Amino acid sequence: MYPFTYTKAADTREALSAGRHGGRYIAGGTTLVDLMRETVEHPGSLVDISPLPLGEIVVTKSGGLRIGALVRMSEAAAHRGVRALYPVISQALELSASAQLRNMATIGGNIMQRTRCTYFRDVTADCNKREPGAGCAALHGYNRGHAILGTSDRCVATHPSDVAVAFAALEATVHLLGPDGARSLPFADFLLRPGSTPHREQALRPGELITAVEVPAHPRPLKSGYLKVRDRQSYEFALTSAAVALHVGGGVIREAKVAAGGVGTVPWRLPAVERHLIGERPSDGLWAEAAEQATDGARPLRHNGFKVELLKRTVERQLRTVGGTQ
Amino acid sequence: MSTERPEPALTPPADPPASSSAPSRRAFIATSTAIGGTVVAGGLVAGPPPLGAEAAVAAEAAPGSRVSLTVNGVRHTVTIDNRTSLLDLLRERLGLTGAKKGCNAGACGACTVLVDGRRVNSCLTLAVRLESAEVTTVEGLEKGDRLHPLQQAFIDQDAFQCGFCTPGQIVSGVACIQEGHTGSPEEIREWMSGNLCRCGCYVKIERAIEQAAGRK
Repeated sequence: MYPFTYTKAADTREALSAGRHGGRYIAGGTTLVDLMRETVEHPGSLVDISPLPLGEIVVTKSGGLRIGALVRMSEAAAHRGVRALYPVISQALELSASAQLRNMATIGGNIMQRTRCTYFRDVTADCNKREPGAGCAALHGYNRGHAILGTSDRCVATHPSDVAVAFAALEATVHLLGPDGARSLPFADFLLRPGSTPHREQALRPGELITAVEVPAHPRPLKSGYLKVRDRQSYEFALTSAAVALHVGGGVIREAKVAAGGVGTVPWRLPAVERHLIGERPSDGLWAEAAEQATDGARPLRHNGFKVELLKRTVERQLRTVGGTQ
Repeated sequence: MSTERPEPALTPPADPPASSSAPSRRAFIATSTAIGGTVVAGGLVAGPPPLGAEAAVAAEAAPGSRVSLTVNGVRHTVTIDNRTSLLDLLRERLGLTGAKKGCNAGACGACTVLVDGRRVNSCLTLAVRLESAEVTTVEGLEKGDRLHPLQQAFIDQDAFQCGFCTPGQIVSGVACIQEGHTGSPEEIREWMSGNLCRCGCYVKIERAIEQAAGRK
C-alpha cells in the first residue's frame, strides 16, 4: 500500500473542501482499503467522512425511502421501513458479502464499489479501467464471470453490487453534493457503461459526495424480492440475479419493475420484460414468456455463454416467486 | 471502565520475554521469515523494481497519526503509520495475536473482532480511523478464569481441527448470537458464512453456536 495522508472531516463543508483539493472520500472502506493494498488504488490523501450526518433512513410522506449515504448495509437491511416497503432492498443487501462486511460497508460506498474482474484487481494484467489504453485482458482471457450486456471492446467487467440492482429496478435517485451545490441524478444515469472510457464509472464531478439514495413511492400493494444465483450458497458475488417488483390491481399487472445483476457492466434494467408483463394476468406461462425477453442484445464471451440461459431462468423463477403460481 | 495505558508501556510483541532464555515461537518465525525474505528479494533484483520511487518515498516519510482506542477494556494511545490495519495494530503492536491474518482481504473472516459491539474484518479496518473506539478481540471474551460460553461450547463440540480460523469464528459467533441470527441451523450457517474453515468443521461450529445460544 502506498502512503497517504489522513484527515477526518468534522462536517460536510470540511469534507467538500478536502475533496476539492483532491482528497479521496472513505466511508466503510471495504473496497477502497482492499484495492489500496493491491495498489490498484493509490490515493495520496484520504478524507474520512464517517462523522457526516448522512446516516439516517427516512420514510418519505409519499411512501418512498430516503437512505443516507452513510447508512451501513446491515442497518439498511434490518430497518423496519425498508423491510416493510421494499423487501427487494433488504434481500439484496442480506444476500451480499458477509455479516462483518455489511457492518462496515455503507449504501453510498456500495454503489461506488468497483468491479471484481480479476484482471482489474491484478496490477500486472492489462486493464483499460485501471489504466486507460492498456487493453482488456478479460476480453480474450478467462471471462466466465464477466458481463454479457452493456459491454464494449474496451471492457466487459460486471458491476458487483446487489442492492444497486434493486435501486435500478425501483428507479431510485442519487442525491449529490459538490463544490457547486446539490443535484440529483436518476440511478440509471449515475452508473456509466464502459463504452470507450471504462475508467469512468460514475457520473460524479470532482469532489462530489453522495448524500443519499432515494427510492420513490410505487403504487401499492407492491410485492418485491431479489434472487441471487452464485457458485456457492452464501458469501459470493452473483453469476446472475434478478430484482422484481410487481403491482397487481384487479387481477392485472399494472406495474412491473425488473432488473438483473451479475450480467451487465451496470445493473441491467429489463424494459422488454416489463412491457411484456404490463396489462396481463399473472400466470406461469406469462412469467416464462416475459423472461425470454431478458437477454435482448446479450453478447456472450468465450466462457460465459451459460449466463444467457441462466439469466432467463433466474428472471422466470423470481417473477414466479414474487407474482405467484397461477 | 478502561484503564489508561500510555504508549511507552507497550511491549513490542516480537520481543521475547526478558526472563525467558529460549526464543518464542513468534520470534523464531519472524527470524525465519526474514531470512526467507532475503532469498526472495535477491531473486527479484534482475527485474525492474515495481514500486521504485514511491516505495523509497514511503520509507522516508510515510504519514502517521496518533490514535487512542480501547482494546479489551484497556486504553491505548499509539502513533501509527496511516496504512496500519487494526489487525496489524493488534498483532504487531499490542501483542494480541488471537485475531489471525488469513487472506488480509476481507474474504476469510479469521481477523474478525468487535468494534463498538459490531463484528468487522480487522484486516480492512484502518486503525487510524478508530479514535475513541472500543475493540473486543477473542482475548477479551473470558471473564476472569471463566471462558465465554461460546469458547466452552467450541471445546465441548470439538469445533476445530487446526484452530487457525477459530478466534474469528468465536468472535463472529458471539456477534451472531447477540444479533439473534440463531433461529435454525440454516440461519446460523448463513450468518456465519463470512468465516471460512479450511478444515471443514462447519457442522460442529454450527452446533457450538447452537449450544451457546441455548438451543441445545
